[in-house]
Amino acid sequence: MAFNPGTASVRRMKPEADAPSQPVFAVSGLTKIYRTGDVEVRALNGVDLTLEAGEMAVLLGPSGSGKSTLLNIVGGLDRPTSGSVKFKGEELAGANDRQLTAYRRDHVGFVFQFYNLIPSLTAWENVALIAEIASDPMSPGDALALVGLESRMSHFPAQLSGGEQQRVAIARAIAKRPDVLLCDEPTGALDSATGIIVLEALARVNEETGATTAIITHNAGIRKIAHRVFTFLDGRIASSEINPIRVKPSEVSW
Amino acid sequence: MTGLSMLDRKLVRDLARLWAQSLAVALVMACGVMTLILALGATRALEDTRAAFYDRTRFGQIFASATRAPESLKADIAAIDGVSAVATRVVNPVIIDITGMAEPATGMLISIPDQGEPAVNRLYLRSGRLPEPGRPDEATIIEAFAEAHGFRPGDTFDVLINGRKRHLSITGITLSPEYVYAIGPGDFVPDQKRFGVIHMHRSVLEGAYDMEGAFNDVSLTLSRNANTKEVIAQLDAILKPHGGAGAYDRTDHMSDAFLDSELTQLRAMAQVIPPIFLFISAFLVNMILTRLIALEREQIGLLKAVGYTNAAIAWHYAKLTLAISLVGVAIGAIAGTRLGHGMASLYGEFYSFPFLVFSQEPDLYVISMLVTFAAALAGATNAILGAVRLPPAVAMRPPAPTGYHSIFGGSSSGFRLPFSQLTIMALRHLVRWPVRTALTTLGTALPVALLITSLFAFDSIDHMIDTIWFRADRQDATLTFTAQRPEDAVRDVARLPGVLAAEPFRAEAATLRNGHRSRNIQIFASDPETDIGRVLDQDFGAIKLPPAGLLLSERLASHLDLKPGDQVDVELSDGQGRRVLVPLVGVTNSYVGLTANMSREALDRLSGQGVRISGARVIVDESRIRDLYEEVKRTPAIASVALQGVSRKRFQAVFEENIGISITIYVSLAVIITFGVIYNSARIQLSERARELASLRVFGFTNGEVSSVLLTELGVMVVLAQPLGWLIGRGFSELVAKGFENDLFRIPLIINPPTYAVSSLVVLGAALVSALIVRRRIDRLDLIRVLKTRD
Repeated sequence: MAFNPGTASVRRMKPEADAPSQPVFAVSGLTKIYRTGDVEVRALNGVDLTLEAGEMAVLLGPSGSGKSTLLNIVGGLDRPTSGSVKFKGEELAGANDRQLTAYRRDHVGFVFQFYNLIPSLTAWENVALIAEIASDPMSPGDALALVGLESRMSHFPAQLSGGEQQRVAIARAIAKRPDVLLCDEPTGALDSATGIIVLEALARVNEETGATTAIITHNAGIRKIAHRVFTFLDGRIASSEINPIRVKPSEVSW
Repeated sequence: MTGLSMLDRKLVRDLARLWAQSLAVALVMACGVMTLILALGATRALEDTRAAFYDRTRFGQIFASATRAPESLKADIAAIDGVSAVATRVVNPVIIDITGMAEPATGMLISIPDQGEPAVNRLYLRSGRLPEPGRPDEATIIEAFAEAHGFRPGDTFDVLINGRKRHLSITGITLSPEYVYAIGPGDFVPDQKRFGVIHMHRSVLEGAYDMEGAFNDVSLTLSRNANTKEVIAQLDAILKPHGGAGAYDRTDHMSDAFLDSELTQLRAMAQVIPPIFLFISAFLVNMILTRLIALEREQIGLLKAVGYTNAAIAWHYAKLTLAISLVGVAIGAIAGTRLGHGMASLYGEFYSFPFLVFSQEPDLYVISMLVTFAAALAGATNAILGAVRLPPAVAMRPPAPTGYHSIFGGSSSGFRLPFSQLTIMALRHLVRWPVRTALTTLGTALPVALLITSLFAFDSIDHMIDTIWFRADRQDATLTFTAQRPEDAVRDVARLPGVLAAEPFRAEAATLRNGHRSRNIQIFASDPETDIGRVLDQDFGAIKLPPAGLLLSERLASHLDLKPGDQVDVELSDGQGRRVLVPLVGVTNSYVGLTANMSREALDRLSGQGVRISGARVIVDESRIRDLYEEVKRTPAIASVALQGVSRKRFQAVFEENIGISITIYVSLAVIITFGVIYNSARIQLSERARELASLRVFGFTNGEVSSVLLTELGVMVVLAQPLGWLIGRGFSELVAKGFENDLFRIPLIINPPTYAVSSLVVLGAALVSALIVRRRIDRLDLIRVLKTRD
């Protein structure tokens, strides 16, 4: 493998310990208001949170509670109406389009509910697509091996199952060795057995690459795999809890 | 929108939403309609006007000339089976001296009966009156000449009639069916200032030319079922002892042949250009509608589920197609009509008709509309059938993901082309839809072809000018004597002021035969070493005229089915009736007319009348040309003068003026097609791949990188379209050149590299602008929305 697992383990998060370095994300007073005609929707209403390096966080909450909006803003896809988002101390809130593109390119891996694979590229090529623009990428083969797809590399998305497609998407997200891995309903379109395989892949990636991972889900059962769980309601974080005991994805009751 | 059914409201809103793409298609359709209306309308205008004018003026159907035939033959001619009217005349070339114009004008002096109207070739009196009996100084002139000099009835001018200067008074301004397209000796396009047609009483001209009781020109009209060939044969037999130069019908009549050639071009335009546009618009309609129906798949499923019939859904999309077509027809009809009026007035400059009205008959518009509707619906059929065939339950599910093949890039382990994944995305998409890719490429190749087809005229005309005036007929002027003279007359010519060099030539009318094939032509004979008026071989090299034998132009040789080494049966039209076999020694290159050349020595021997010359070709000192003009106007022995230098300049000027207009039109058409094809192609790609491209943006690809996928795909098609366009363009140009070819002239097929380059650059430029307009939409992709939706 191209990357060094030893480094990854050093970067692993120790939530109980005093944080010696700055957090990966420091979000404060984050507000996002969407205006459509006369209608004003307050999607985020003063959110404060920090995510530490190597942390795996699960964001829970009903539809419209603001979790996707938060993920989009920290992922550099959207800008807040007010408040601050700092990535490793750099303010994202005022970044322009070009800066946000560079930020996504260099630091963020995305996994979406509907995979968003390029149908005209094979699994290997979908990963290579991202590797081509990264400064220190894994080889696409290694990234696919990490999610257990070494035998399906030359298949096109249309030839893969949903779970396989999502694992390709994960491989694609991690191939650039991102600092953060943002997953919006990664198991939303999958059955439980497939969903568990995908979660296992995410957990393994988090473990081995040390990427700070945030997973949005409707599925409360998934909370148990995280270091920390944030519950959203009406644009605010209603609660945040630290999991005393994390369980393996295979033990998650769906 | 009250009163509209719900589906119709959807239609109106769809159209409003798709306005840019619809307009791009409508414009392509409009080009088709415009060119169709223009070509058909102009064809009708010319045809109808010509028919009406010929009918009214009783334009002749058979024409012949002789040296001097007794008037008594008129009865014999009238007695030929199939002849309905005969007009005998005295016709001679003249030199016209216009005050204030340095160069001599030339003209034809044609007799009209002293009493009554001619039975054939009547004059159309524009203003004034015909000459009165007993007034030998009265004449009418044709309108174009009058207008060029501002002549009105009552004005006067001088002519040189048979060596004597006559002061003529204009009584009327006329039009003649023989000179609708009035072209002077040595000219290629009408020069209204330098060529005039003058009509005077027969008795006056008989006296002036010593032709009492005789004629040298005859025109016939025929009865309905006359056998033209038979009439020509009998007429030739009657005139032969009197120097008959061979009768011919309207096909070989200069003015009518030019009109015919214009009509041929118009018909070709109507047959070739509108179908190109209709084909492309059908393809564009297909592309847009296929995409629209794919996007509305679930809506269609819903409509079917709630009970809308297949017919209702098909009609809905057909109406959308027809609505777009209607916009195209409307724009095209307006543009076609406006351009048609422009074309009619342009024709007015070259063709002297009493009236020329651009045809605006309603059926023209109905035809254009039906043809456009048919093409659009043909393009829509496949897409509509797709909508009809969609079972409602299937329609409401998303379509199966598109499968691809691993062309370009290969497997993960095997051979890889050095392409980035972005390039591979673009290339695979191209290959995934091969028919669409091929049609888009063809659609982009056609404007290239269209441009080459219009621009090649520059190269060909340049080449013609070079060949005709700089390689072959290099003289500044050709002086033709009133009658053949002894050889030393060339010394008199050489002594004329400003003449630097003079070369004698002899011209004899003759009939050439080979078996049943025959042709009446002029044989031109010069000195073997001629350096002024040269004869060119097929490689454009000067031929040294052989001491014996005949050289024929390629077209004439093929008319007579002769090849070098064959014997040509030659009969000079000197009334002797002697037929001599002369060997064909070579085939020459000529863009003008059917030509036959010999050495003077050979022709002198053939005629058996000793050494005679008909005139001289001269090189003139530019600074003394006015002196020469003055002298020519005063020299009785000179019947006619052709000014090659002036002809060339006039030809270039007229050509450049007209080609300027047509190039503007063709460039506009090419830009519209390119825009229609590329803009729609890019919009549809963007629509199909919005999700993919937005995903790339999410993953951190820049706008530029994401655009490159779209631009690469378009770029490949546009680049492939260039050589294809060159090939098609060359094919079209060949057809055009062939279409132009007649016995009077032909246009060589010359396409120089810059023509290909310019055609491609125009299309590449238009394609780039169209693609960049669509590229701006990539900057506006909604990154968040695509992540929440399924494909």
